[in-house]
Amino acid sequence: MALEPFNSPSSRRYSLAHSLHIDLPLLFGLLLVASLGLVILYSAGNQDEAIIIRQLTRLGVAFGVMIVVAQIPPQQLRFWTPWLFALGVLLLIAVLVFGEGKGVSRWLDLGIVRFQPSEILKITLPMMLAWYLADAALPPRPRRVLVCGVLIIVPTLLIAKQPDLGTSLVIASSGIFVMLLSGIRWKFVFSAILVAVAALPALWYFMHDYQRQRVLTFLNPEQDLLGSGWHIVQSKIAIGSGGLYGKGWLNGTQSHLEFLPERSTDFIFAVYGEEFGLMGILLLLVLYLFVIARSLYISTQAQDTFGRLVGGSIAITFFFNIFVNIGMVTGLLPVVGLPLPLISYGGTSMVTLMIAFGILMSVHTHRKLLSQ
Amino acid sequence: MPRHLKIKDHGGETRLFTQRAITALVIIVLLFLGISARLVYLQIVNHEHFSTLSRNNRLKIVPVPPTRGLIYDRKGKLLAKNIPSFSLELIPEQVKDIDGTLQRLRELITIKDSDIQYFKRLLKQKRRFQSVPIRYRLTEQEVARFSVNRHLFKGVDIQARLTRYYPYGELGVHVLGYVGRIDIKELQRIDKANYSSTTHIGKLGIERAYEDVLHGKVGYRQEEVNAQERTLRVIDNTPAVAGSDLTLNIDIKLQSIADKALGTFRGSVIAIDPNNGQVLAMVSKPGYDPNPFVSGIDRKSYAALRNSKDKPLFNRAILGQYPPGSTVKPFIGLAGLNSGLTKQKLFCPGYFELEGEDHRYRDWKKQGHGHTSLDKAIVESCDVYFYELAQRLRIDNIHDFMTRFGFGQRTGIDILGELRGLMPSRAWKRRERNQAWFPGETLITGIGQGFTLTTPLQLATTTATLATRGLRFQPRLVQAIQENTDAEPTPVVTKQYKTVTLKNPQHWDSVIRSMTRVMHSPTGTARSSGQGAPYKIAGKTGTAQVFGIAQDAEYDEKEVADRLRDHSLFIAFAPADNPRIAVAVIAENGGSGGRVAAPVARKVIDAWLLEDKQ
Repeated sequence: MALEPFNSPSSRRYSLAHSLHIDLPLLFGLLLVASLGLVILYSAGNQDEAIIIRQLTRLGVAFGVMIVVAQIPPQQLRFWTPWLFALGVLLLIAVLVFGEGKGVSRWLDLGIVRFQPSEILKITLPMMLAWYLADAALPPRPRRVLVCGVLIIVPTLLIAKQPDLGTSLVIASSGIFVMLLSGIRWKFVFSAILVAVAALPALWYFMHDYQRQRVLTFLNPEQDLLGSGWHIVQSKIAIGSGGLYGKGWLNGTQSHLEFLPERSTDFIFAVYGEEFGLMGILLLLVLYLFVIARSLYISTQAQDTFGRLVGGSIAITFFFNIFVNIGMVTGLLPVVGLPLPLISYGGTSMVTLMIAFGILMSVHTHRKLLSQ
Repeated sequence: MPRHLKIKDHGGETRLFTQRAITALVIIVLLFLGISARLVYLQIVNHEHFSTLSRNNRLKIVPVPPTRGLIYDRKGKLLAKNIPSFSLELIPEQVKDIDGTLQRLRELITIKDSDIQYFKRLLKQKRRFQSVPIRYRLTEQEVARFSVNRHLFKGVDIQARLTRYYPYGELGVHVLGYVGRIDIKELQRIDKANYSSTTHIGKLGIERAYEDVLHGKVGYRQEEVNAQERTLRVIDNTPAVAGSDLTLNIDIKLQSIADKALGTFRGSVIAIDPNNGQVLAMVSKPGYDPNPFVSGIDRKSYAALRNSKDKPLFNRAILGQYPPGSTVKPFIGLAGLNSGLTKQKLFCPGYFELEGEDHRYRDWKKQGHGHTSLDKAIVESCDVYFYELAQRLRIDNIHDFMTRFGFGQRTGIDILGELRGLMPSRAWKRRERNQAWFPGETLITGIGQGFTLTTPLQLATTTATLATRGLRFQPRLVQAIQENTDAEPTPVVTKQYKTVTLKNPQHWDSVIRSMTRVMHSPTGTARSSGQGAPYKIAGKTGTAQVFGIAQDAEYDEKEVADRLRDHSLFIAFAPADNPRIAVAVIAENGGSGGRVAAPVARKVIDAWLLEDKQ
């Protein structure tokens, strides 16, 4: 299994890409999605070129970071994993103590840059779990599963306390995906699900008012038309009125007449659905599916447990982000502030995402060297 | 590298992971299919539904109020016009705390409690994102004060609207009426769509009666709006159709002369063209300024008008019911002639007695008129002659004959609320009072007292019928309706009632000749008013007793004495042989008809006939 890229004739064409540690299919998939994203953003941002330039800059930085990360061999990443994870958790605590932000404390101001430490956890938590699980034989034993549970719950609660329900959900999920991929027995999985369902009322008890409101609004959006229900109702109108082929690029009335809130960030999918219709959406889903499938494929080809688990978790977490965002915009899920990966306007999360794909590429392209 | 004790099964782990990865991929594909299904549901199955919502979302229908039709007098003088004014309006959707905003606005602009009450009422029935007026007719200072502070009041703005204005104020208010804010009762009556942006409606007079014509048809502007309701562009525009303009038969100059002529008396002056029923002047005094009613009169001023003893809000011309007094004598005389019951000569001793009754029915002239013919009885207004004539005519014949002229019936004038007066009969008394008719009641009916009641307008129309020797027209205030400035005005059709015919048409001439002698003979009761007229006037004075005015508990002697004095009445038409104007005058508590009411009529007739000639 460790032969095809270097010895096959076609691989020469990839030699440049390979020496840069880039996986071309994955890169193309990501670039296609990002380009489509720019097209949508141009419309959603009311054809403001400044927005496009800023987003392009961000994409450039993000792709650059991805390539840089891809150069780091997986074993290096693995070595640093516990330290990075510890740093992330410490920063989360720091945020709770010194943090600032509008009503919620997510940001940490380091003088030069302000950033959300939760972004670090998005990557380091699955890495940490993979690091821990790769140490012993898989599937993990119950005691190890328990330790993993603690590793997941601590940062999740810290982030939920900020409060940032969306991110804590993503981070907890990314950890759970690692455990699922590690071969944890299904009976654990199902009993965990049962416990989770039983814990739902308790969760309600711990939720902030605005979070409860979101859940209520999700259950009955028409109830609060001028408040948060407006988002869902208007985005459903936007998507529904798009029909099979859409109203055409730049012609979405819902989005351009400002009925659609957050239309270049969390609700950009509605703009796309309105202007490009079902056909456009299917195209986007296919592109996303390609990226996910390629990522999963790369994970299965990884040479060690750490690479497999981290790669697989990245692929599934990427999907999870997409699913939650589209589910929210189409009214299937409650409104949680998660961006649509690679398409929503915004910075930090895009860099984090591309770091993850950088790790995937690193895992894939450093294989040969490892085996030698 | 591995430090653990348990030996790792690398092949097994890889297989396990690959299985899990494939499971994940399958689940992911299934979830993507789930999303696709949701999108098919939204975009295909419910596409129509959401398209409609989307269209409604971005389209706002803005009703455009039609311009209310103008009202001109017969000579083209503008009596009711629309002037631009500024009103303070609020869009409730854009204001979070309406009560707080109103409180803050009150610091800048006078807003009465009644304004707020009215505003709250409008608030309940308005459409989405429609602005609701708080105050009309802002002063320039108020506009300036608000403009400076406008940024503090999101959702509140000043709108230019057209407001009704009556340049002649009090003069003719009872004819024109006025417009006021639409109230709850009217809301149930009107076509809500057509009035969707109309704030005012005709309340009284012409404004009320011709509301349908004056209002016009609402227009619509379809605007594309964003979520903040800011208009981005106008997609479709259906202009409002302005209301039709009205030309009245009223001559505002004549109206003014009649109004002045009545002086300080309460009462009414009506002038009609007897040849077609056109109402040339219709005065009811006192009047009031209609303009405060347009913007919403304050409670105190309204209470003052409402509680005034002079009853300025009361339109005496069509609602005031007065005993006609001696003005009925020419009609009774005609009835006598027509049935051949008039005596050539009757001796008047100054009273009349019914057989078997002690009661003496007095003449106004204590010493009596001596030997009296019908002519002399009209000229000098002898009561005894008419007591005797009425007795022989009998009440039901009097009733039937007078009814043919329109006594006791609505004239059918084109404003609402008119009263019918009363022409009594045996049947009437049995029906209404459940009492038998007494012979004495017939006598006093003969001189226009007793049960008989007429409105000033009715008195004028019956006089016009007398003038034209039987022609009866429905009196008309509106002459023509003009749909738009380019259109030919449509004349308002005047209905003609059944002509009064006599067995011998010469009887008309004989009564009319007597009426001219009222004015122009040395013994006529209104001879002073007939003096020096370049044309012949036919007239008849009347003095009606005022009985039993229920008065307030508090009163002073002089005041009551004033209010119990007889009403002064006068009817006339001129020129006698070719009448062009018929007039009825009632001056409440004016005393003698010849002294007070007749000179008023003379001034009106002069103004009409002499000015017309120039």
